Amino acid sequence: MNDLLAKLEIDIRLVGMVAALGLVWIGFDYFTGGLFLTPRNLWNLSVQTASIATMSCGMVLVIVTRSIDLSVGSILGFAGMIVGVVQARFLPVDLGWGYDNHWIWLVAVLAGLGIGGLIGTIQGFIIAYLGVSSFIVTLGGLLVWRGAAWWVTQGQTVAPIDARFQMLGGGIKGSVGAPVSWAIGIVTTLLVIGLMLLARRRRIAYGFSIRPAWSEAAIYGVVAITILGVTWIFNAYYIPVSVARRIVEASGQVWPEGGVQIAHGYAIPVLIAIVAGILVSFLAIRTRFGRYLFAIGGNPEAAELSGIRTRRTQMLVFTLMGVLCGLAACISTARLQSATNATGTFDELYVIAATVIGGTSLAGGVGTIHGAMLGAVLMGSLQSGMLLLDMPTPLQNIVVGCVLVLAVWVDGVFRRRVG
Amino acid sequence: MADTVASPLVEMCDISIAFGGVKAVDRASLDLFPGEVVGLLGHNGAGKSTLIKILSGAYKPDDGEIRVNGQTASIRNPADAKKYGIETIYQTLALADNVDAAANVFLGRELLTRWGTLDDGAMEMQTRKVMARLNPHFHRFKMPVRALSGGQRQSVAIARAIHFDARILIMDEPTAALGPAETKQVADLVRQLKTEGIGIFLISHDIHDVFDLADRVFVMKNGRVVGSVRVANVTKDEVLGMIILGKCPPSATPGPGAVR
Ligand SMILES: Nc1ncnc2c1ncn2[C@@H]1O[C@H](COP(=O)(O)OP(=O)(O)OP(=O)(O)O)[C@@H](O)[C@H]1O
Ligand SMILES: [Mg+2]
Repeated sequence: MNDLLAKLEIDIRLVGMVAALGLVWIGFDYFTGGLFLTPRNLWNLSVQTASIATMSCGMVLVIVTRSIDLSVGSILGFAGMIVGVVQARFLPVDLGWGYDNHWIWLVAVLAGLGIGGLIGTIQGFIIAYLGVSSFIVTLGGLLVWRGAAWWVTQGQTVAPIDARFQMLGGGIKGSVGAPVSWAIGIVTTLLVIGLMLLARRRRIAYGFSIRPAWSEAAIYGVVAITILGVTWIFNAYYIPVSVARRIVEASGQVWPEGGVQIAHGYAIPVLIAIVAGILVSFLAIRTRFGRYLFAIGGNPEAAELSGIRTRRTQMLVFTLMGVLCGLAACISTARLQSATNATGTFDELYVIAATVIGGTSLAGGVGTIHGAMLGAVLMGSLQSGMLLLDMPTPLQNIVVGCVLVLAVWVDGVFRRRVG
Repeated sequence: MADTVASPLVEMCDISIAFGGVKAVDRASLDLFPGEVVGLLGHNGAGKSTLIKILSGAYKPDDGEIRVNGQTASIRNPADAKKYGIETIYQTLALADNVDAAANVFLGRELLTRWGTLDDGAMEMQTRKVMARLNPHFHRFKMPVRALSGGQRQSVAIARAIHFDARILIMDEPTAALGPAETKQVADLVRQLKTEGIGIFLISHDIHDVFDLADRVFVMKNGRVVGSVRVANVTKDEVLGMIILGKCPPSATPGPGAVR
């Protein structure tokens, strides 16, 4: 069995994670009387997971290099306050751009990414060049940036959030609709299969071993069904009739007798998280920088002796982590439609849990982005399911804590067995 | 053979380094000529690895000078050393255990596609070629090197050092984990590289190996060079006397560590 799977080069871990996720989903669906596996709930789940999933991409790289970042939730909080103040006060009032300016959203996003990257770089510099352990630096950061988030407005909540910016957080306007979703789904499917075919051709050209054609074809089938299936589910979640009617009438058409159904499709924050995941994955697997991260995590001394600039690499990982926190801050602020100094509290725990559940080893050198993103979906599913079950918050925390320990234990047993 | 006319490939002059209070290397001088194999002998803790790690850029000396081809060389890190054509097989192997053989061979010098991404296919191809020369039975190219045997790991470390057209090769106990067949393969390799004009520092505890392969030996004791001698002019017992007692035979050139 293991031999067969090895020959097919199927990631057994991934299969295990998907199976676990399936069990959790079916379990919740059963206990909520069919409320969990609905397009509406799954769509909400995807939007709620986007911010944690975005940050967990960066956390994989941080943990792969044998570091940790405990400050991501606080960086998100601080960057969120900056993003809020930039679009609600600084640009429209102080600079006199007014509230209707088309570019406010973009400047706010860039400010978020910039401030996140700057904070990450500062922390990374202290870790890499001054030699203070990442645990301590980011534990300090956890307190510093949460405090700084309060300082921006002395604790006041910042609103209003720019209408275009709000689209980054999902909602009806922040979803791309059915036609665009189908286009995205189909193009992505073709792209993934095309890239896999290309990789196969290259292996053949070099005369390396390849998967048997039938298993390759089966994998393409799974890829297509997954992507198109997700697209189909999101396209089956329709916006409320009253809103649909307003949209139709606003476009000058008559509302037909039986009404029309307008689908949400992919939410923009979900697309952002997916694109971030693909880019970071590419960085990790296909570039020198990524190769060095894994080498440093596997044996820092060997990496140094190979001539890799390990300090610079380590600092840049924290820069990237900071930028992703800034991006997550935009998503969270847009979704909550206000910036508060408490946004992102405890996010570091969920991000680290998602990453570790997703198969990233705290010993360093091992981890995948797609695993961490699946981990984020698993964490999000637990939260959303327990909410549907009306579980009290303290009990939810107990369950999440236990699941984390259980998942890492199972993963450890699995690794020792399968290797 | 080549020492009458050619200028030295490498000279290390009065090199010293201390860790805390311990003088790991104390005013040591070495030289190496093209096409020459120089053995470096001494007790555990004599300072051999530390001395050659200075040449390979892993440590910065507190004092002393390194010359390559007669020119002062500034070697501040491993990348600098590689620019001078100095390749090293470390005693600890220095492999990243979690990635495969090709990734280790090309670590820090990855081959890239024309889009600037890693060309794993080309790297695996070339790794297969070098490994065929070193260890023809090696087939586990897709495994992280953690999953390899000690000898296989050592082959990977050797492959990494010889793949990049070294002019100066440092081998710190290169055959410690190898079986007899692979050890012979490495010995053949050393002889072949020698004919290509590459200078080789060979550190080994096996004095027979060193006598087989080296033209000259340097002996170290407590961080100091006891002396150097042409292998043709000494017996193994005389060299053992240098290692154990620090006593130079008449045919040897004594260094600062020799007892008089
Ligand atoms: N990084 C270091 N920090 C502190 N002391 C060190 C370090 N590296 C080496 N030493 C010390 O320097 C001395 C020389 O060590 P070195 O490794 O060069 O010996 P060696 O001749 O290679 O021995 P062996 O034959 O066991 O490999 C030893 O006393 C060792 O403890
Ligand atoms: Mg040594």
